[in-house]
Amino acid sequence: MLDVRDLSIAFDGRQVLERWSLHVDHGETVALLGASGSGKSTILRIVAGLLAPDAGTVEIDGRDVSRLPTHRRDVGLVFQDEQLFPHLDVARNVEFGLRMAGVGPAERAARVDEMLALVGLEGFERRRVDKLSGGEAKRVALARSLAPGPAVLLLDEPLTGLDRDLRERLADEVAAILDRLRTTAVWVTHDESEATRVADRIVRLAGSSTGTGSTEGGST
Amino acid sequence: MDGDRRSLNRLPRWFVAAVTVPPAAFLVLFYVWPFATLMGRGLSPGAIADTLARDATWRVAWFTLWQACASTALTLLVGLAPAWAVARFSFPGRRLLLSVLTAVFVLPTVVVGAAFVALLPSSLDRSVWAIIGAHVVFNIAVVVRVVGAVWEQLPADLEHAAATLGAGPWRTFRSVTLPLLTPALTAAGAIVFLFTFTSFGVIRVLGTVDRATIEVEVWRRATQLGDVGGAAVLALVQLAALAALAVVTAAVQRRTATTIDLATGHRARPRGRQRWWIAAAVGGAFAIVAVPLVALVERSLRPAGADGYSLDAWRSLGAAEIRPGLRISVDPLDAIRTSATTALWATAFAVLLGAAATIAITALGRSGRALDTGLMLPLGTSAVTIGFGMLITFDTPPVDWRSSWWLVPIGHALVAVPFVVRSTLGVARSIDPDLRAAAATLGAPPVRAWTTAVLPALRRPIATGAGLAAAISLGEFGATSFLSRSGEETLPIAIERLLGRTGRLFQAQAFALSTILAAATVAIVIAVDAVGGDRARRS
Repeated sequence: MLDVRDLSIAFDGRQVLERWSLHVDHGETVALLGASGSGKSTILRIVAGLLAPDAGTVEIDGRDVSRLPTHRRDVGLVFQDEQLFPHLDVARNVEFGLRMAGVGPAERAARVDEMLALVGLEGFERRRVDKLSGGEAKRVALARSLAPGPAVLLLDEPLTGLDRDLRERLADEVAAILDRLRTTAVWVTHDESEATRVADRIVRLAGSSTGTGSTEGGST
Repeated sequence: MDGDRRSLNRLPRWFVAAVTVPPAAFLVLFYVWPFATLMGRGLSPGAIADTLARDATWRVAWFTLWQACASTALTLLVGLAPAWAVARFSFPGRRLLLSVLTAVFVLPTVVVGAAFVALLPSSLDRSVWAIIGAHVVFNIAVVVRVVGAVWEQLPADLEHAAATLGAGPWRTFRSVTLPLLTPALTAAGAIVFLFTFTSFGVIRVLGTVDRATIEVEVWRRATQLGDVGGAAVLALVQLAALAALAVVTAAVQRRTATTIDLATGHRARPRGRQRWWIAAAVGGAFAIVAVPLVALVERSLRPAGADGYSLDAWRSLGAAEIRPGLRISVDPLDAIRTSATTALWATAFAVLLGAAATIAITALGRSGRALDTGLMLPLGTSAVTIGFGMLITFDTPPVDWRSSWWLVPIGHALVAVPFVVRSTLGVARSIDPDLRAAAATLGAPPVRAWTTAVLPALRRPIATGAGLAAAISLGEFGATSFLSRSGEETLPIAIERLLGRTGRLFQAQAFALSTILAAATVAIVIAVDAVGGDRARRS
């Protein structure tokens, strides 16, 4: 469960968010839909603790995490450009979060198998990440973020850079995975059809160059 | 990366301190303090007046200036043809030429000096021609690399346009190509001028009292005449001259810079008569750098002059006694050992301090710039000034460190750290901050996130920096001239001593040691090249 309350943030005098709030139920996938510059990535970064807002709070499962650093927030983030660790192979990438959590080797190996099976990459354990195709890299990034079982999964335009066919197929697949795992997720996209495909609810962000803030849209 | 005050994921203070304090302390202790001591102790109104009133000062200044101008002009002239060939054409041996020129550029100054002693008849080996020749051999790589890189990207269509307007090849070159190359020529010229103006090793081997650069005169006054004041004044004069050079170069480059659409380098296969021109340019460049080195090896095998070849010089390297009862003050084999250990320690110091500095500079954000600039200062100061400052600073308890084994490696590290920083900093800065963010979202605390994202990428540039540091240490002569303890001479010191002695066998030994040193340096350059670094520089 995610509760974002009264977020405000300005960059260089431009008010990007003003008293912006969002509630995401447990197991719900919300799509944040908006044009570039509307602040959707900024919201994800604030929730993840990569960016501190000028005002506002973030609660995850009822716990106020506003002042916690990223690594103690229990969020997963799938980056637009994956950000796989280039010096680690697929399995080591996927198990990274488990290592950080102090999970033992046997359990890690089992979890890696499970995650790779989930994203359809069985047998990819020892592949180098720079030899993966675009779609494969996205799958590894998703598996890596899901492996530690984060309380909230954030996806920042996770399907950008793929061709239309693959994007649609992968969107359905990922939505199914999130559904199956009952993951609380916020999915940022600028693509209306992608948002409809994956989300339980769509929240629209207005472009806010005038500083009027943003509006919360209705459910689908 | 951490300049953002909004970040909740800042690296902890203890970590930033742990990487900032060692390089900063190193800089202050071994550079700033000695430099301040030198200026404080040496610079008095009396010393300034005395030194500037002396004819010898102006003779040295004049010689320094004109030989630097002559060396620079000749290097530009000689380097232009091979620069054209490698920039415009692809031909077999192109890469080899570039590698060989780079290797020669990194050779110890004393080795190139020795090569000219080996090459020239003794009537010429202390002439100004030997000095200028050695400077050309050294620096031709600068012209070929710097000018060639720009030339390669000049759109050939500009020249074609000139041709359609009726300009012949020579007119095209003079009225189109050359003006567009002027900024590159200025840059290359400034670098060559800097190296030749502060030339030390070459002059120590090939110069005389009358043919000395300011750099050599600083050394002579400090160590031979005990005139600390005069040496300090000269060191300052040189610094002022270099600062002026920097200002002039910047101004010239601003004035001559033109905006052109740089083309992606397209190198043609030479056709027809072009082949002859290219062969001449490339063959000439090869000959210029190779002939002195071949002479070096050849003379090491001819210890008795014209009387024929033998391995005597090589065999006697291990013997402290040349003939029964006759000992020399330098032990050649020991010098090899000393050089190897010194280079190892200097490399270790330079890599640890340089890597820490790179981490600190990126972690400190804006305030990291001061450290970055500070660590570059030793490069612009001249090795002799550094060595001299350290010598007169660390001579009283509790800092009487003159007999410490680590003082020479530390001096070398001071010169080598900038190279480690330059090869690592760009890579560290180019790492996407989101890679760190990715580690953080997976539960990695700031330091762990940082090491995960940054350290693996730094392995290669650190290896490159280590190679450069080792090459610099092996050849370092300026600072070592002050800091080296008797009985612990490094190879360049031993070579210079042996060359200064009368006796053909000593000379041949010097040539043999030079050959060893050259081979070691070239091996390091090849290794660095293989690792992927392509930005080798000479100290």
